[in-house]
Amino acid sequence: MTDTTATAAHFEAAHGHDHHDADHKPAFFARWFMSTNHKDIGTLYLLFAVFAGIVGGAISGMMRLELAEPGIQYLEAWSGQQGDAALHLWNVLITAHGLIMVFFMVMPAVIGGFGNWFVPIMIGAPDMAFPRMNNVSFWLTVSAFVLLLSSTFVSGGIGNGAGTGWTVYAPLSTSGSPGPAVDLAILSLHLAGASSILGAVNFITTIFNMRAPGMTLHKMPLFVWSVLVTAFLLLLSLPVLAAAITMLLTDRNFGTTFYDASGGGDPVLYQHLFWFFGHPEVYIMILPAFGLVSHIVSTFSRKPVFGYLGMAYAMVAIGVVGFVVWAHHMFTTGMSVNVKMYFTAATMVIAVPTGVKIFSWIATMWGGSLSFKVPMVWALGFIFMFTVGGVTGVVLANGGVDDIMHDTYYVVAHFHYVLSLGAVFGLFAGTYYWFPKMSGRMYNEFLGHLHFWVFFIGVNVMFFPMHFLGLQGMPRRYPDYPDAQAFWNGIATKGYFIMAVGVGIFLINMIWSLLAGKKAPDNPWGEGANTLEWTLSSPPPFHQFETLPKID
Amino acid sequence: MTALAQRNAKTGALAGLLAVAMIALGFAAVPIYRIFCQVTGFGGTTMRVAESALPAKPVGKILSIRFDSNVAEGMPWHFVPEKFTDNAAIGARKIAIYTAKNLSSAPITGRATFNVTPIQAGKYFSKIQCFCFTEQTLKAGQEVRMPVTYFVDPKIMDDPDTKDISEITLSYTFYPVDQSASGR
Repeated sequence: MTDTTATAAHFEAAHGHDHHDADHKPAFFARWFMSTNHKDIGTLYLLFAVFAGIVGGAISGMMRLELAEPGIQYLEAWSGQQGDAALHLWNVLITAHGLIMVFFMVMPAVIGGFGNWFVPIMIGAPDMAFPRMNNVSFWLTVSAFVLLLSSTFVSGGIGNGAGTGWTVYAPLSTSGSPGPAVDLAILSLHLAGASSILGAVNFITTIFNMRAPGMTLHKMPLFVWSVLVTAFLLLLSLPVLAAAITMLLTDRNFGTTFYDASGGGDPVLYQHLFWFFGHPEVYIMILPAFGLVSHIVSTFSRKPVFGYLGMAYAMVAIGVVGFVVWAHHMFTTGMSVNVKMYFTAATMVIAVPTGVKIFSWIATMWGGSLSFKVPMVWALGFIFMFTVGGVTGVVLANGGVDDIMHDTYYVVAHFHYVLSLGAVFGLFAGTYYWFPKMSGRMYNEFLGHLHFWVFFIGVNVMFFPMHFLGLQGMPRRYPDYPDAQAFWNGIATKGYFIMAVGVGIFLINMIWSLLAGKKAPDNPWGEGANTLEWTLSSPPPFHQFETLPKID
Repeated sequence: MTALAQRNAKTGALAGLLAVAMIALGFAAVPIYRIFCQVTGFGGTTMRVAESALPAKPVGKILSIRFDSNVAEGMPWHFVPEKFTDNAAIGARKIAIYTAKNLSSAPITGRATFNVTPIQAGKYFSKIQCFCFTEQTLKAGQEVRMPVTYFVDPKIMDDPDTKDISEITLSYTFYPVDQSASGR
């Protein structure tokens, strides 16, 4: 451990003589714009995710407003244009909502935010393995977001903005969308992907090499396990997306025909490549939530997690099987019965490790000393909502049933139950659980509970009727529908406004608590909270674990 | 910390290498997918076989073969099969003839893509000779006859997915090779 030659580490050690104090912080610009501190970068990610979530949530508000009644009410006024150009705005809205929520809200929050904040602390490491690369990851995400937003100001064919859906299917995204908007959106995906790949390399290296003495893989907290599996999914799936969308770019701009039948290509190839990425991507969004919900359930039941190893390897199994089920997104592209049969069966197999997790959470609570603090009610909400979404997932996994449900609101309801309600409930649970640790102040318990109930009622009023609409045959990605579907669409829009009030309560709670919340103790949750972050002060010192903790 | 930094660099490099390998696999998917389609007949891809693969004796069952022809939007070719339907005994060597005529006053090069429906029949639709993917240049006003020599593989009777098929449609679509020549 002693440096005998002048290396980079030596230089940093010499630099460190200015401040022996572990809590010395750099000046504002250096701290937040050139940050190499995992906690500061985590904070930046979380703030970014809140901002992106407000943008993406506002877009869904615009969509629900337009869908409140049959006919086109707002699109022409918003776009300032008539006919197809006004309808193009609809396509831009669904595209932006999907991309923002996936790449700029959920992923930065759970992986960039909570992952950066707590993975190093939970394994007893002073920081991430590559702090400067961590900073690059964050600013790549920001650049990607700026690129995506700027695409709405340039032509995407009929009107301004990229109107391809978040899946960017060819040929709509190639010959169907002239103009630079789709190019900008694709470059945005490239940057967001590069950011996540760098982040994944960082997490894998940190978790493999920087665990404190005694912290074996099988003693690692489940949240760290979940981020490790997520990092591997990112590392294996995102490069395939990068390759697929690079070929989109060359098809668009350089006359190649990877996805164009006129030159011997095949648009279905794009769908295969996209979903080879896209299916692991949904687990990338949900696995970290699985991890943190395990800690919350255990903490507020005052019991260790039931079946720790089963929980860890269930996540590994979900990750592995998640790579061989992608074509269940493509049941209607003309597959033979045998191929459909395989993808149906393989998809249903995923319900097994997922069931292991759900039942282990319930078994953790069984006989526990339960306290229904705010993080716990969010975690319970997560388990309930994710189970509802999982059940409709098993329905959709049937190739034959999917022939009817494909691209209807039933699918929209399904993936919003697992993501908008699953991943987002997990996010809120994690936010309340770790808010005292991150900020040093307690949140307001009453506002937290109020937020939960308003949000819970809002999202269910919004998304549950979508099952009915889907069964009535309402296709997704349409701004209009027949009068027969007006009732449940109207209810869903009312649900949106209830949910929006819930988000308002959340923001008020956060701002009020940051300014005037009670001082948080090191461990506000009692003996149930036994991971390393609760041994540190709240908030933790700027540099933690200068002497490594020992785990026995 | 140098020991740790070295280990980190190694692990990081390995992880980075894995990402690069996946990018390569992403691009490699293009030829892999083509080979996969050619081998399995996925998506109605027909088979190329040599003359010698022709069975010695046709099986009794007669299938109806339909011929379909298309040209890309804006391509000034007249492209039709000489006969729209034919009856083929399974395993019998048959010839279908398509004619293409350039209606414009400039030479145009085209290239055909093809497949069959039902798509499950692709791997049993064997072509001995065809104009698949070969570039075809027609001078102004020129007309050519293009033969397709094919037979239906008798194994079609053994596959539970295909043994009920009584009609196969072979479809060709001509696309301009040089986009500017077609007036686009």
